[in-house]
Amino acid sequence: MSSTTNPLLEAKGITKYFGTITALENVNLKVHAGECLGVVGDNGAGKSTLMKVLSGLYKPSAGSLFFQGKEEILESPRDSQNLGLEMVYQDLALAGNLPIGENIFLGREPTKNLGFIKLLDFNKIKELTNAHLDKLKINVKSADQKVEELSGGQRQAVAIARSTAFNAKVVIMDEPTAALAIKEVGKVLDLINSLKKTGVGVIVISHRMDDIFTVCDRVMALFQGTNFAEASLSNTSRDEVIGWIMGKK
Amino acid sequence: MDDKDKKIASLHLKLMPYLEKYGILLLLVIMILVMHILQPDVFLSWRNVTNVFKQISWQSMLALGVFMVIVTAGIDLSVGSIMMLSLMILAVVAKAGAPWYIVVITPLIAGFLCGLFNGLGITLLRMPHPFIMTLGTLYIFRGTGNLISGGTPISGFTDEVRYLGHGRIDLQWLGLEKSQYLPVSLVLIAIVYIIFWIFLNHSKTGKWIYAIGGNPNAARASGINVNKILVIVYSLCGFLSGIGALILAGRTDSGYPNAGLQSELDAIAACIIGGASFFGGRGTVLGVFAGVMIMGILRNGLNLMDVSSFWQQVLIGSIIVLAVYIDVLRRDLGTRK
Ligand SMILES: Nc1ncnc2c1ncn2[C@@H]1O[C@H](COP(=O)(O)OP(=O)(O)O)[C@@H](O)[C@H]1O
Ligand SMILES: [Mg+2]
Repeated sequence: MSSTTNPLLEAKGITKYFGTITALENVNLKVHAGECLGVVGDNGAGKSTLMKVLSGLYKPSAGSLFFQGKEEILESPRDSQNLGLEMVYQDLALAGNLPIGENIFLGREPTKNLGFIKLLDFNKIKELTNAHLDKLKINVKSADQKVEELSGGQRQAVAIARSTAFNAKVVIMDEPTAALAIKEVGKVLDLINSLKKTGVGVIVISHRMDDIFTVCDRVMALFQGTNFAEASLSNTSRDEVIGWIMGKK
Repeated sequence: MDDKDKKIASLHLKLMPYLEKYGILLLLVIMILVMHILQPDVFLSWRNVTNVFKQISWQSMLALGVFMVIVTAGIDLSVGSIMMLSLMILAVVAKAGAPWYIVVITPLIAGFLCGLFNGLGITLLRMPHPFIMTLGTLYIFRGTGNLISGGTPISGFTDEVRYLGHGRIDLQWLGLEKSQYLPVSLVLIAIVYIIFWIFLNHSKTGKWIYAIGGNPNAARASGINVNKILVIVYSLCGFLSGIGALILAGRTDSGYPNAGLQSELDAIAACIIGGASFFGGRGTVLGVFAGVMIMGILRNGLNLMDVSSFWQQVLIGSIIVLAVYIDVLRRDLGTRK
């Protein structure tokens, strides 16, 4: 993707304090349509915090967000979802006691009208879930299976399915492969690649250089809550990126 | 694993969800059978069955309210006090000579406001656990109830006010005898439970209540306003306690200082026996109903057999422990190893 087109999502000068802790200071980030941005950094560098600011879960102490060139103020994850910005949290944020389908549609359940009251449309949830899982080639026994009965890889797949069920324009994934067995990693990376092909902008946080160098087009490093380095994948190497994580240029 | 084992295992997996859903009803049926065998003439008589329903009428309202709160992984210790305060307000308003339709809605509004107070306290004051807020209001509401009534009983309500708790639906047109009436409170229980079953299982808000209990972070990340839902849940719990007060007013024809004393513990016990989990996100309306019935039948049956109330306490306590232990075993079986 050329960097002359407008970025889909841009964050400028993001600062975030937690009490006396400065988690982020004056951080910039942008991602274009169909592009995958890798974000790396040591534990505590501020990666998750930055993503939670982008998704509206945290309000930044300073800085601004632009979506398709327009400044947006996010009050809650609902606001970012309405813009087409979806997030796969590091802890997945799934309700284990609910079935797969109800997790995918949690907060945005289809309803049907019965007179003047609105009831959940379970048939529609099931139908849409099956169609969506098929499209992503995700295999589960049934959309009615509870999430707590799934393997780590299946849960990750459900979380990704959730983030793509509503025509997302930007999908942010926080360590999507960290908790997975090797053979499950490939499937997740395939999913990311197919998302890119449909023009979705993807941000992937990962510690695994394999992930970054398989799916990303550009990589940026955070170090102690600040922008440290950034390069397109063709202009850097694994060793250099690993150096950035440790604070060496 | 050979083929036979596999078949058994798959049968097992198919049965599990049904056991999880209806196992508690099985326990209820067994108890009814046992009581019937022990007291063949009395237990299943029209008079005794309606008695059981009259006795559980107000408890079933408190249990349903507490159940919703427990689904969110919270707790409400104040339901007994909310009921008592609502009852006292009803009594004072009735004595002041207000028309019956005003008297009837005052406990509902009072209960709702008490619940709202709990909900706002838990969310706005950011109490570390609902236990603390509702432990506080357990004292506050009962104290307030005694302050407004001067700590003495207030008796004597009109028939309209007593209708829900004391009214009878005559069934003689069905060819039954005059003594074979339907208590209005039984119909009320059925209506309220059906409404809340629909609410919890078929509305968005109901689904979100379960989601919050399963994983509040997931709910928040899904854009659900968790605090708003919690305020709704505690308010509804208070409202149900207010209905309990109205029923109790009908049954006893008086407001009295000890109304609902320790009934929050009965309500919690009914939920736990009925399969609700203290960790939240689990349990069904049908289960709570079964839990309330089991406690009611146990008390009734033991009374019929002249068993002392001390033994009743021991038995109810044992059933709580047993019911939860069966649940633990069931879970062990349910998780594939
Ligand atoms: N909710 C929070 N409250 C207080 N401090 C936090 C919170 N979330 C993150 N932090 C702090 O902010 C810093 C960045 O954390 P995080 O964004 O989780 O890092 P990363 O995801 O890069 O490992 C850390 O010092 C962490 O302790
Ligand atoms: Mg992190």
